Amino acid sequence: MAEGLRILAPGVATTLQDAGRQVYLRYGISGSGAMDPDLLALANALVGNPADAAAIEMAMLGPTLVCEAEGCRVALAGAPFAMGLNGRALDPFTAHDLRRGDRLTFGAPRQGLRAWLAVAGGFAVAPMLGSVSTHTRTLLGGLDGHSLAAGDLLPLHAPRPTGRSLTLPPAHRPRFGGPIRVVLGPQADSFTEEGLRTFLSASYTLTGRADRMGCHLDGPPIAHADGFNIVSDGIVNGSIQVPGHGRPLILLADRHTTGGYPKIATVISADLGRLAQVRPGETIRFEAVTVEAAQSLARGARRTLAARLAALVPAGGLDLDSAFLLSCNLIDGVVSASPTGSAA
Amino acid sequence: MSEPAYRLLDCGDRALTVELGRAVDPVINAQVVALDEAIRGAGRPGLLETVPTYRSLLVLYDPDRLPRADLVALIATHWPPPVTRAGAVRRWRVPVLYGGEHGADLASLAAAAGLSEAEVIGLHAGCDYRVHMIGFAPGFAYLGGLDPRIHASRRTDPRPRIPAGSVSIGGNQTGVSPPLELPSGWQLIGQTPARSYDPARAEPFLFAAGDLIRFEPIGHAAFDAMSAAALAGETVATMERIDG
Repeated sequence: MAEGLRILAPGVATTLQDAGRQVYLRYGISGSGAMDPDLLALANALVGNPADAAAIEMAMLGPTLVCEAEGCRVALAGAPFAMGLNGRALDPFTAHDLRRGDRLTFGAPRQGLRAWLAVAGGFAVAPMLGSVSTHTRTLLGGLDGHSLAAGDLLPLHAPRPTGRSLTLPPAHRPRFGGPIRVVLGPQADSFTEEGLRTFLSASYTLTGRADRMGCHLDGPPIAHADGFNIVSDGIVNGSIQVPGHGRPLILLADRHTTGGYPKIATVISADLGRLAQVRPGETIRFEAVTVEAAQSLARGARRTLAARLAALVPAGGLDLDSAFLLSCNLIDGVVSASPTGSAA
Repeated sequence: MSEPAYRLLDCGDRALTVELGRAVDPVINAQVVALDEAIRGAGRPGLLETVPTYRSLLVLYDPDRLPRADLVALIATHWPPPVTRAGAVRRWRVPVLYGGEHGADLASLAAAAGLSEAEVIGLHAGCDYRVHMIGFAPGFAYLGGLDPRIHASRRTDPRPRIPAGSVSIGGNQTGVSPPLELPSGWQLIGQTPARSYDPARAEPFLFAAGDLIRFEPIGHAAFDAMSAAALAGETVATMERIDG
């Protein structure tokens, strides 16, 4: 019998995601991948996986899972979802060991929107076009290209946990919020001066039309200088299109690769993760920065991730099940640096 | 110096669009394809992906391995690109079953154009098209070179799902859909059994920007046989290399 995690209830938009697809944009294949690669890396580090191993991405309302393996180790990084093991509350940003029959539940996050649940050793799911990332619109990745559904079994590579489990001390955990910084262009000249001022000064509210493909914003319309059709060109993660109605649409991981509306700006890579935590109904403001500043901020974000990974410590206290710990081989307490398998 | 031949447009901190023009133009598109080949051929670390489109080339890069200034210099070094390629150009022959349930808009399109269905098919299958770009969906090929007599406006009421492999007309363009049921506002004139995209196949994609495509009308029996063969992994569409 396959060893794995069984989905009892899927939550709202629960998918498998890794670092995404590369080199196929030119063929119309969306990049997909975790909406915050740094938090994917953090969740993976907590269970000893490579940074880009596939994890369960959850949004808004998380799944309920049952462990159908001899044992496995999981960790959640991202928005603070209510998380429970057989009804007992669990700490996020901490690795937890599950035994056969354990029920892992996720509610809604107190703040933010998305989180990543990594499993030690990764999921034994075959990549499609180089990635396990689920792209539901084209049925790529995941289990047959679909969001996770009740009854699905996610097979595991190496279910048995080894070594001490890790935690990220609260002082190092991410906080969300703040302005979303952008680089203006590539078609900023398709808008009037007034339109650009509106874009950079107004507050925009995320509408209910917000998913992994993109989020539609509501707020003051942005004036185009000269119509709103361009000859289709390439779109990146974070491209902000402004269709004829003047309200921005931010294209994200699951976007089309090309599009024909002018793009007023691009969200900088360092802020895509924070944007992924904005909920429908919440407002954002845009702040323009230069390309050089954006590249410097990206380096800063990588330093922050490195600092978080360096801050991981063995989970302290006595909240671990000591009988279970004794059943594991803890003689040397070494965390495995080379999991036996990775879905990446 | 004369007019700058291209504009560099930043798309955030990890991508640049090299804009060669703003119109659909086969000469500009040929330059895009040639520039794409030249830049990719340079094999520079940090050059992550490129996306050739009608009139621009999107270049994704890692600024830590390929600083923006070096990328800008790389583009300048390869301008102008050699549009007449030393190698071969690919021409695909793509079988199409026109009309009926396989091309639900053929009759109305023919009527609007003042032509018979056979005349529309003759015009559509009578010339080579150039793949201007792949976009919108996996393997969806936007083709230029459509005879003006069969230009047709998009439907006012887009369909939420069109049949897999639809061959359609939108304005002055024609296109070939992948074997996915996509939304579309284009006029459907036929269907190909060829699967322009199949992630399970060793070569997942048939067409690339710069390729030529010629459609070949087929009947129902051939369509059914080719559909089965395509599902089994055969290419069905045939490709020849021609001198550039």
